[in-house]
Amino acid sequence: MDGMRVAFARTTSALLDEDPQVALVLAEISVSGYLWRAIERHPERAVNIGIAEQAMVGIAAGFAMEGFHPIAHSIAAFVAERPYEQLKLDFGYQGLGGTFVGVGGSYDYAAEGATHHAPADAQVMTAIPTMQVLAPGHEREVDALLRATYANGEPTYVRIGSAANPEPFDVAPGRIEVVAHGGAATVLAFGPMLWPTLQACAGLDVTILYATSLRPFDAATLAGVVGGAPTVVAVEPWYEGTAAAAVTSAIADRPARYAWIGVPRTFVHAYGTREDLDRDAGLDPTGIRRRILEVMD
Amino acid sequence: MDTTTDALARVRALMARATGDEKHEESSTSTLDALWVLYDRVLHVDPARPADPDRDRFILSKGHGPVALYAILVAKGFIPEAALDTFMEHGGTLGSHPDRTLVPGVEASTGSLGHGLALAVGVALALRAGGRREPRAICLVGDAEMNEGSNWEPVLIAPHRRLGNLTMLVIDNHSSTPDMSPWAERLGGFGWDVYEVDGHDRAALEVALRRRHEHTPVAVVADIPPGEW
Repeated sequence: MDGMRVAFARTTSALLDEDPQVALVLAEISVSGYLWRAIERHPERAVNIGIAEQAMVGIAAGFAMEGFHPIAHSIAAFVAERPYEQLKLDFGYQGLGGTFVGVGGSYDYAAEGATHHAPADAQVMTAIPTMQVLAPGHEREVDALLRATYANGEPTYVRIGSAANPEPFDVAPGRIEVVAHGGAATVLAFGPMLWPTLQACAGLDVTILYATSLRPFDAATLAGVVGGAPTVVAVEPWYEGTAAAAVTSAIADRPARYAWIGVPRTFVHAYGTREDLDRDAGLDPTGIRRRILEVMD
Repeated sequence: MDTTTDALARVRALMARATGDEKHEESSTSTLDALWVLYDRVLHVDPARPADPDRDRFILSKGHGPVALYAILVAKGFIPEAALDTFMEHGGTLGSHPDRTLVPGVEASTGSLGHGLALAVGVALALRAGGRREPRAICLVGDAEMNEGSNWEPVLIAPHRRLGNLTMLVIDNHSSTPDMSPWAERLGGFGWDVYEVDGHDRAALEVALRRRHEHTPVAVVADIPPGEW
């Protein structure tokens, strides 16, 4: 259920052990059950400050000003949206690097209601010019992407959640994996959307691409595989069309048809499970297949 | 005139050079005495080594009215005097809010109120985590800036983290709409050691800004007559 969150905690704990320049700033979320032991082991640079997300990001930036590689984390809404100005100014404008891990993505916390949803996280993060945006689809990819980026001097948002693909890829930031070759369309799945996309595309003559990076975006691979007048379908775990700027600019030199399959841009006034809300949003395999067939028509 | 008076007269002249305003009585004078005391008497900073890991870190949280800071950084040799001539101009490095990527000696890019104190808490934690016991983080906030809720998160957190290497300097020029006093009770209630001084009394400012405890952050509230900023 929460394999990615466990992987985030495991990798973060290991990085704290391995690298004395790593700092962890938490605002209560994921302390108990996940990172309390790391906090006990590194009390000076792994701190739980209480429920204060603006301070969490500001304090993390203070660590970065001193040459540390800070990692801050909360539920996606409370790390990507509530302290947005701290991310924008304290990290972005100041030219500092850090890692911000949001758990719960669009509506993993379905039963908690929309106060705990964050389908806009990737979009608001990409509005910060230097912010990297990563969406691993498997717990092993969480480890790979965190290790590849935590000390690279860039601010990086890592989106993790309960939805996951059954098998990992050998991923790297800014690289698209080619999963299947076909002729009728190109379907680009981000992060955990790969698994429902693979089910949705069973028997269809389509190229399937897998991306864990929204930024940096692998424009070269996309442009190289889609062909001259492509139909491109993005399957996104966040608000539909969040990837539009990256995808369309990658193939702006040719005519193309697009479809954006993601979370509808409306507030959810429903509870239940993530799977329930996926069905409502048309993001289960059946819904995704219906949309792909429409655009291929 | 004693040497301090001479030096401050030069800083005022530098401020006028930046703004082109010979009178210049209202602009950033509320912070001038406190900033001078910091840079002349308290902070361990060296213009030859602006990134010295053992320097004290000064963060101008409110970011507003930075001319006094720029003038002092010129007087102390961090930045060339000629930089003042392009204050707020395209192509210049000194804006009406400071940019750490442009100005040696400026630790933080501020101007949006309510950011600096959390940065200072992070710096103080990082200094401690790095085993640097001597340097301090000193953060200047304005009384009206303390309206921002984001400042009260680090006000709560700093004593809890026992940050004896942190000083918050409140320049209280009575510009806040809600009455922020009594400072001693309010900040003291959170666990800060609070000193209230006359914001133009340089001797009292120096004593207060030198205060340091092992585990308790210090707040120095510098009272300034209303109307200065």
